[in-house]
Amino acid sequence: MIEIEDLHKSFGKNHVLRGAGLKIETGESMVVIGGSGSGKSVLLKHIIGILKPDEGRVLIDGVNITGLAENELYETRKKFGMLFQMAALFDSLSVWENVAFSLLRHKKMKEKDAKSLASEKLRMVGLVGAEDLMPSELSGGMRKRVGLARAIAHGPEILLYDEPTTGLDPIMADAINELIIEMKRHLAVTGVAITHDMNSAYRIADRIAMLYEGKIIETGTPEEIRNTRNPIVRQFISGSASGPIKIEGVTNERVFNRA
Amino acid sequence: MFKFIELVGRTIINFSEDFGRVLLLLFSLLKQLFIPPFEIRNTFKQMLEIGVRSLPVVLITAIFTGMVFSLQTFTGFKRFGAEALVGTVVALSMTRELGPVLTGLIVAGRAGAAMAAELGTMRVTEQIDALETLATNPIKYLIAPRFIAGVFMLPALALIADITGIIGGYFVTVGLFGTSSIVYWKRTWDYLVAGDILNGLMKAAFFGASISLISCFKGFYTHGGAEGVGKATTGAVVLSSMTILISDYFLSAWLFS
Repeated sequence: MIEIEDLHKSFGKNHVLRGAGLKIETGESMVVIGGSGSGKSVLLKHIIGILKPDEGRVLIDGVNITGLAENELYETRKKFGMLFQMAALFDSLSVWENVAFSLLRHKKMKEKDAKSLASEKLRMVGLVGAEDLMPSELSGGMRKRVGLARAIAHGPEILLYDEPTTGLDPIMADAINELIIEMKRHLAVTGVAITHDMNSAYRIADRIAMLYEGKIIETGTPEEIRNTRNPIVRQFISGSASGPIKIEGVTNERVFNRA
Repeated sequence: MFKFIELVGRTIINFSEDFGRVLLLLFSLLKQLFIPPFEIRNTFKQMLEIGVRSLPVVLITAIFTGMVFSLQTFTGFKRFGAEALVGTVVALSMTRELGPVLTGLIVAGRAGAAMAAELGTMRVTEQIDALETLATNPIKYLIAPRFIAGVFMLPALALIADITGIIGGYFVTVGLFGTSSIVYWKRTWDYLVAGDILNGLMKAAFFGASISLISCFKGFYTHGGAEGVGKATTGAVVLSSMTILISDYFLSAWLFS
């Protein structure tokens, strides 16, 4: 179980998280929605301990990871796998070396065994024969698949997805959604995804939470979110430019001058 | 006036802040050097990158430096009839000064820039975050091998530069100006002591450590996309070169006094 309690985080004068709190049950798929720059990525990076909060706690199976020593934190991270927005593959390593990274490093597996296990993980995400390619030779959708294979290679209990469908065409996006659902079904992992793609959110979520102005303002099943009365959530899920959500630095009073 | 004072103050604060962060990075780096697993494979890869791949440029620089140095010294010393000392001058200046410093500057421009650009790109494309999520300390995985490679490869390159420079001097003095080969070598060895070479190599090791540390620091803390990577790379080369030239004076004053 992941428990996020009263999380605060500032970068300089920019107060990004302002008391965010969220509870994610083991085995559940949670999708956090929110606008660009609302702090979704920051929230996700706190769950895996890449960022340390100014205030508040993150409990993973009851252990507060914000207070852990460096080596304990790295130990805890072995429970996690994370898929990055642009996949973040190591471009000096081949596809299979990327996937087998933690197997070679932490499980001290022999190269031959690690490679065959990497091939197996790659097949799980629908890639065959890509083992020896370099990341620069892959398309966006393939990179995401390799990123996902790398995230699941060491058998994590929790998978984090940073905008899994951003930058993909609708068909590729749905294929990735499909994969995320399969990961949950076959690997019984807890999933946390952040996205602003509502189609994706409805497809993969058991529950959806909305992050707005640094706080979680609503949580519920996809059905509950769809029928919410909260005007902010309503505006967001309907994708309308007019409503209570203020877009920072943008005014509604535009001036057109035709000289 | 106030603006000027503010600017000076801000520069000093920024510099102190950066200096403190470099020291913090050095501290966690040194700690990681003694905790297994040791990054042997990565370290060899970096040694190849910093050492072997820099060799051609170092060789060309050193041989021409030795050549031009003896050319100038020979024609200059001729005015007071001291041509016979060219071998001594070339040997002393190559081993004590030019070998280590020129090697340092070349590696700063070549390998330092590459380190900052590579780590910077890894930062802005979240590859460093990805290392963290794969339970791998990026300081250990990325910076430690580069640091070790810098510390060991710079003296090796400097030694090669010393020898190449002296051989370059030999070509010009003996081949071009017709000094006897015996005189050149005798003058080279007569006044050269082991301390000249060893202290020069110690300086090179210090330069190697500085280049790796500064360039990795600049790359590791890159922010702001492609422009940030560019800034980090420029900053790495400028700061490493300055560090080499400034620390060279103080190290020389300390080691050779």
